[in-house]
Amino acid sequence: MLLPWQGGLRRGTGVMRGRERRLAGSIVEFDRVGLRYGTGAEVLRDLDFRLGEGGFYFLTGPSGAGKTSLLKLLYLAQRPTRGRMSLFGDELAQAPREALPNYRRRIGVVFQDFRLIRHLSAFDNVALPLRIAGHDETEVEGPVREMLAWVGLADRASARPPTLSGGEQQRVAIARAVIARPELVIADEPTGNVDAAMAQRILHLLTAMNRLGTTVIVATHDLGLIAATPGAQLIRLENGVLVDPTGALRHPPGAPPRAREPRA
Amino acid sequence: MKLLTISEAERRLIPASGIRGPVPLLIAIMTFVMVVVAAAGLALGNTASVVKAGVDNRYSIQIADGSAKASAAITAARAMPGVSRVAQVPPEELRSTLERWLGPAGAEADLPLPVIVDIDLAPGADAAALGKQIERAAPGARFVAHRTSLAPLLDALRGLTLLAFGLVLLIALASAAAIVLAARGALDTHRATIEVMHGIGATDDQVATLFLRQIAVDALFGGIGGAAIAGLILAAILGGASFATSLAGAPPIDWSDAAMLALLPLAVALLATLVARGALVRALRERL
Repeated sequence: MLLPWQGGLRRGTGVMRGRERRLAGSIVEFDRVGLRYGTGAEVLRDLDFRLGEGGFYFLTGPSGAGKTSLLKLLYLAQRPTRGRMSLFGDELAQAPREALPNYRRRIGVVFQDFRLIRHLSAFDNVALPLRIAGHDETEVEGPVREMLAWVGLADRASARPPTLSGGEQQRVAIARAVIARPELVIADEPTGNVDAAMAQRILHLLTAMNRLGTTVIVATHDLGLIAATPGAQLIRLENGVLVDPTGALRHPPGAPPRAREPRA
Repeated sequence: MKLLTISEAERRLIPASGIRGPVPLLIAIMTFVMVVVAAAGLALGNTASVVKAGVDNRYSIQIADGSAKASAAITAARAMPGVSRVAQVPPEELRSTLERWLGPAGAEADLPLPVIVDIDLAPGADAAALGKQIERAAPGARFVAHRTSLAPLLDALRGLTLLAFGLVLLIALASAAAIVLAARGALDTHRATIEVMHGIGATDDQVATLFLRQIAVDALFGGIGGAAIAGLILAAILGGASFATSLAGAPPIDWSDAAMLALLPLAVALLATLVARGALVRALRERL
């Protein structure tokens, strides 16, 4: 299956330009990271792990285990209250906030509640990352139309989120997260509101991106989704603590886990 | 410049209706008041300048006891360098002045009158030397500067001028405070959009620019509207103010003053934009 930017059409436009991958590097490194909100108890404790660049990871755990908090740290919506956290090889726990937008542009996020901008069309929602990154309108139109077509919403480009079904909103959110071809994609229950066929399609998109070098982290309760993705590695949280009995997350082997073609 | 080059797509991100609210009307009212008060301040300042220029080099010699001394004083004054005019005030003029204050009794011929001599000096002339010369020529004569007599009036005019400009400053500060509140309100209204934008990698500048353009446009149009109404009212008042012109010897507001007043809406728009930018960036920095 070809992604919208895999064909010759996109090459050389500057929008989906290729990127040299740092092989065998860690894209995420947590070193005794803790997080608490205000003066409450720590919701994440002593997180200590490394995620290989180009890997495919599922984040699992019971409700309240701290998955959403960990995702917030990963997409830089929250800073850890202690410990060291580096993304893309740079220490970011104490980085000045002015430095964060450049890192956020390298991350694509699919929120569980979609977080689409209600008064913008599906087209404008998907185009947002490209526009924020400073691309000309001439570089935006084609890729956005293709991406919308890819998620099956070509005829809904001008529809606003309140007029879209939950599944359609989910697909717009996914298109927005991947349109700028981020190095790291973080998805919070990305198949929660779509039917089985669309869930399969979304999983195909994520695994295809992963094969192109994008690191993918998917938070999910869906064991079927995990089972359908051979090669992916599990990150399990319980009560704010990482469950890593084999130490594979603390000391990963040389090659990162790579998703293989999902089983239908 | 970025304010002027914002794209249609960026404009769609923050609909104008979400920012506007009462801001243009507020700016229009504030600018209207500001222009009227500033015009009043300028008119008072100009009047004070005209009055001061009229009396700055004018002096009087007052002699209570006789015209012999008056002749000596006049001769001494005429002999001094820098004296451009020496003229004794006719007794009829003095009696007519007294009559205005005392009634018909003031015109009585047996009422003793002092001799008053008006003296105009050229700019830079030595008034102190002239005073000493007159004192020597006519002992007991009083040498009085007109500006000393009019000092309380000039001080009052200057005070009122300063008060007017202080009021303009206060109105500007009130406008700035209102703009800050409007900018923060707009941020709250669009909190969800801003969070998404930040999450995708938008910088504070990118977010602030979306709001600033609308605030600058509103401030400019509101300001021009308020200033235009104030200008019409002032023109109507000043058009019938020939009395004020004849009193002061010059129109209370000249073209340079009018140009300064016309620049006020631009200054208001600039102030609003700068203040809004500061408020927006400060508010955005409170978030991660």
